[in-house]
Amino acid sequence: MKTESYQNSIYGIVAEFADQEKLIAATEKAKDWGYTRMDAFTPYPVEGLDALMGFREPFLPWLAFFGGIFGAIAGFGLQYWTSVIDYPQNVGGKPNNSWQAFLPVTVETTILFAALAVILGMLVSNGFPHPWHPIFNAPDFERMSTDRFFLCVEARDPLFDLEDTRHFLESADALHVSEVYDESETNENEDIFPARSEI
Amino acid sequence: MKMHTDILENQPVETKRDALIQGDQTLESVTSKVSSIVFEWNKHPRIWYVSLLVAFAFLGVLTVGVAWLFYKGVGVWGINIPVGWGLAIVNFEWWMAIGQSLLLLSAGLLLMRQQWRKSISRILESTAIFAVMCAGIFPILHLGRPWVFYWLMPMGPNILGLWPQFRSPLVWDVFAMSTFMVVAILYWYMGLIPDIACLRDRTKNPTVRVLTGVLALGWRGSARHWRRYQTAYNIVAGLCVALTISAYSFVSFDFAMSIIPGWHSTFLPVFYVAGAIFEGVAIALTIIIPLRAWYGLQSFITDVHIDWLAKYLLGSNMVVVYGYFTEVFYSWYGGDKYDKLVLRNQMFGHYAPLFWIMIACNVIAPLILWSPRLRRNISIVFIVAMFVNLGMWLERFISLITSLSRSYIPSTWGIYTPSIWEIAVFIGSIGLFLFLMCLFVRFIPLMSLTELKTLLTSDERGKNNSP
Repeated sequence: MKTESYQNSIYGIVAEFADQEKLIAATEKAKDWGYTRMDAFTPYPVEGLDALMGFREPFLPWLAFFGGIFGAIAGFGLQYWTSVIDYPQNVGGKPNNSWQAFLPVTVETTILFAALAVILGMLVSNGFPHPWHPIFNAPDFERMSTDRFFLCVEARDPLFDLEDTRHFLESADALHVSEVYDESETNENEDIFPARSEI
Repeated sequence: MKMHTDILENQPVETKRDALIQGDQTLESVTSKVSSIVFEWNKHPRIWYVSLLVAFAFLGVLTVGVAWLFYKGVGVWGINIPVGWGLAIVNFEWWMAIGQSLLLLSAGLLLMRQQWRKSISRILESTAIFAVMCAGIFPILHLGRPWVFYWLMPMGPNILGLWPQFRSPLVWDVFAMSTFMVVAILYWYMGLIPDIACLRDRTKNPTVRVLTGVLALGWRGSARHWRRYQTAYNIVAGLCVALTISAYSFVSFDFAMSIIPGWHSTFLPVFYVAGAIFEGVAIALTIIIPLRAWYGLQSFITDVHIDWLAKYLLGSNMVVVYGYFTEVFYSWYGGDKYDKLVLRNQMFGHYAPLFWIMIACNVIAPLILWSPRLRRNISIVFIVAMFVNLGMWLERFISLITSLSRSYIPSTWGIYTPSIWEIAVFIGSIGLFLFLMCLFVRFIPLMSLTELKTLLTSDERGKNNSP
């Protein structure tokens, strides 16, 4: 029964590596093996890793482009509407639609909205804020941000198998290989935090 | 070809001296060095406490200066007709130039793939944001009615149903500055996210863990996240380059768009941006040289970095000197007598001593750095940078005040002397800057861990990566 519930909530199998070369070698091997649902966790961007895992990002530059176009229209539109439609004023005989004088603000709003679009787009497409994730359960994962490299083959991979995947990762020169579950084990929690009546 | 690389590989001494990260560093040692400055708050050098004390004293001066100004009005300043723009606008320009050019340096060097940028980018970006915060207080204080400063933003028509006057360069400034603040802070925060995650993973204090956990947004270093992160970071860097150049050009439009002699010139924006870069590099040296000495960062911010900054100071110096010559040439070749008057007044008029001090600081002093031996003497570089800081402040003062004090009709001529309250606000703004720098050193990783680790593991580590 218990094993079954673990089976249901397993997130994946994680291998820990000491340096980026070993991680890249393992990822290449996993790719050749046919794994498709995997992710790597590294302290700094490792070049070529995303391409190895078949990940491409064609979306963000376009977001910046359309954000910029929106900003340009919004910025110029604001000035046109306030100076020509809502409250036209004759200032020194200049035309109401002095479009040359409206360009600086238009430039700034273009940059503002392009930057906002690409930064928010990055955060949203990464799913941030995302304070908790099963991968944080992996032993030693607090060293991810310092000097360790992790490769996770996720349970939703069609080739995923507890035994086989574990053996596969162990053969890839990993420091540790461990199973990661979607929820922390309740038994352990009870040990650490004794029931209220016992206190 | 093969032989060449062999020869290069057999020169370990040369490579070692020029390496951008010195010593036997590992990922762990780099991380612990940078994070220990944040975590071991009781181990800050005594100079940090002294700086904080000085900052508080100056902030007190700022408070008194601003309180008196708000109580009495802008009449307590020395400004009057004809010189309606005084020290406040000089300081605004000076701080603004620092902010724009430091962000331009950080983002521009990223786009040019300069490896030596990696250990100083965080300092450059933070300084840029703090400088623009200091700049921001001046235009607001300068308003006759500072409590309705928000009328400058199109936040809905004011009580008379009026909107901001979009044909005015002063309104362009409002947009330039607020866009700069938003984009610069987001760019800076984006660079910080993986570093905050690192602090989150290393701290033993539960409160700090919750705080950093919230700020890190749940960063887990996923390869997919890194891909999107880098794409976005590079795009925003490109936007920052466009932003800083445009924003400081718009600051110069405050002058160039008017018809005051000496200001009314299409050359002014270029000249101002070049001057800003010159000043920004000098400020970067002024900040980086003490910081690396006090916090023992010599293995990361090496003499190579200082050397590169000094060379950038020389390069921008040449553009600025060219600008001075062009101004003289324009007045002579243009033949406008009012323009000539302004120039003669700058060189031989009431403010002439300031002009010649400026020439000594901006033109003569940097020439010392042409000598490689003197350029590698850190104290000399620091002193030259201080001269340039002074010189660039004087340049803003001269170009602003001399033009206003000698306008078209002799009956509108006048002399401007700053009052003590203007000087108080200037000193106060330095205090605000110092205070923010102290907080930055205390709470934020001084160097970008992500960038340092990329540098450490890349092939370029040992090379003096030069353009």
